[in-house]
Amino acid sequence: MTYTSLSLTLIFVLIPLVLSKTFKLGLEKDTVIATIRSIIQLLAVGYILKFVFDAGSTIYIFLMVALMILAATLNARKKGKGIKGITWKIVFTLVTVEIVTQGVLLGFGIVPTTAQYIIPISGMLIGNSMVLSILFLNRFTAEITSHQNEIELILSLGGTPKQAIHRQLINAIKASMIPTIESQKTIGLVQLPGMMSGQIIGGADPIQAVQFQLLIIFALLTTATLSSIMIGFLSYPVLFNDRLQMLEMK
Amino acid sequence: MTMLYEPAIHLHQVSFTVNDKNILKSITGSFPKGKITTLVGPSGAGKTTLLKMCNGLLSPTEGHIAIDNQPITNYEPTTLRKHVGIALQAAPMIHGTVFDNLALPLVLQGKKLTKQDAIQYLLDVGLDNSFLHRPTNELSGGQRQKVSIARTLINQSSILLLDEITSALDRQSVQDIEALITTINKKYNVTIIWITHNLQQALTIGHYTWVMMGGELIETGESSILRAPSNPRVAEFVQGVNA
Repeated sequence: MTYTSLSLTLIFVLIPLVLSKTFKLGLEKDTVIATIRSIIQLLAVGYILKFVFDAGSTIYIFLMVALMILAATLNARKKGKGIKGITWKIVFTLVTVEIVTQGVLLGFGIVPTTAQYIIPISGMLIGNSMVLSILFLNRFTAEITSHQNEIELILSLGGTPKQAIHRQLINAIKASMIPTIESQKTIGLVQLPGMMSGQIIGGADPIQAVQFQLLIIFALLTTATLSSIMIGFLSYPVLFNDRLQMLEMK
Repeated sequence: MTMLYEPAIHLHQVSFTVNDKNILKSITGSFPKGKITTLVGPSGAGKTTLLKMCNGLLSPTEGHIAIDNQPITNYEPTTLRKHVGIALQAAPMIHGTVFDNLALPLVLQGKKLTKQDAIQYLLDVGLDNSFLHRPTNELSGGQRQKVSIARTLINQSSILLLDEITSALDRQSVQDIEALITTINKKYNVTIIWITHNLQQALTIGHYTWVMMGGELIETGESSILRAPSNPRVAEFVQGVNA
């Protein structure tokens, strides 16, 4: 794609700006900021990736993955403010997800051990894990707030914190995983996934593109399950003290 | 309070502060073993907080509580809560049927409640067996209170804490529950601590009473003190309730 062609795609930015102005949606400023940010961020990533790929050094791959985990953690932790030590729980979860998924992919030689494969796949998996963590924390804190009486009841009858919070924990885990599972049910029917579309547009064989997409969606299932369960089981114990009393979420 | 009886629960200078607000202010006193003590006082007096402390749901920020002459902190929380049962004011229910709720105390211990026992507990609180498989979200406020009382009885606690358990019941149901609690107290020597806004109930059912106001224990003694309170604040409160 030429820079002239790329410039012409800004028409897609002008359309929402005009519509926002016409219908007084008040989204013009946010649209402009989002556009500028996406241009800067993607160009920066493009140049960084080019540098990392050319350098071919393992240390740069580690640094890129660490940066992704850091950015994902900073974003996800906002939803778990009331949970003590949530930052490290998210870091631990994301690192585990990365080790398990890449361990399988690289360990079995499913993908080559090169930056071109490891970094984009890590991005997709860590990104998905971050979204799952946000969905889980959002639902979990809401479940606790709205079912405080039920939790207190179980504790008052001699139940353990795990028994008291079991229903809220399971509800939050299931709710956070539903989008991943549901989107996989309609994949290919409603929309072609971004990575697959990108490969096809880039000239790759569609069957080859489908194979890579399958690899990703299967890995995303593990990512989703691991993320929700790990964040859940790491988070609930800190909501109680050693006298098995529920602590106020601040 | 008279100390002719062994205390089931003793509080020594118990205070509870949350967000700089003093909910309980240096409460000292005892609940006699095997007796019914009522807790009366206006809303916001700290009665529910006090009850939750005796069940271990809250801990004092200052002072000590002893249960059967043992510091409360010596008990494993789960053991304590089976020993000191509580029927919470809102009569909260878990999602499911009346049977699911009745079975809950035993399920938490990995045990099962038989259908026959469940029906007997329902009959004890004045509900027939048609309620057994009814979803709890279809129950009225009074029916929820009855299920809550029945559920609290299942752990067969030796101390029962009852937080306004008859507030949503009709007159006949109130009398039935009073008779049930009196029987449990006499037959099994269970210590009862009962928060009520009904001073007549405190007079007829309670052996002893505590009058609390603004987080303080204002007056204690035999329930008859409510007929002629010595403290002017209590006299004003009693007069207000009876008016």
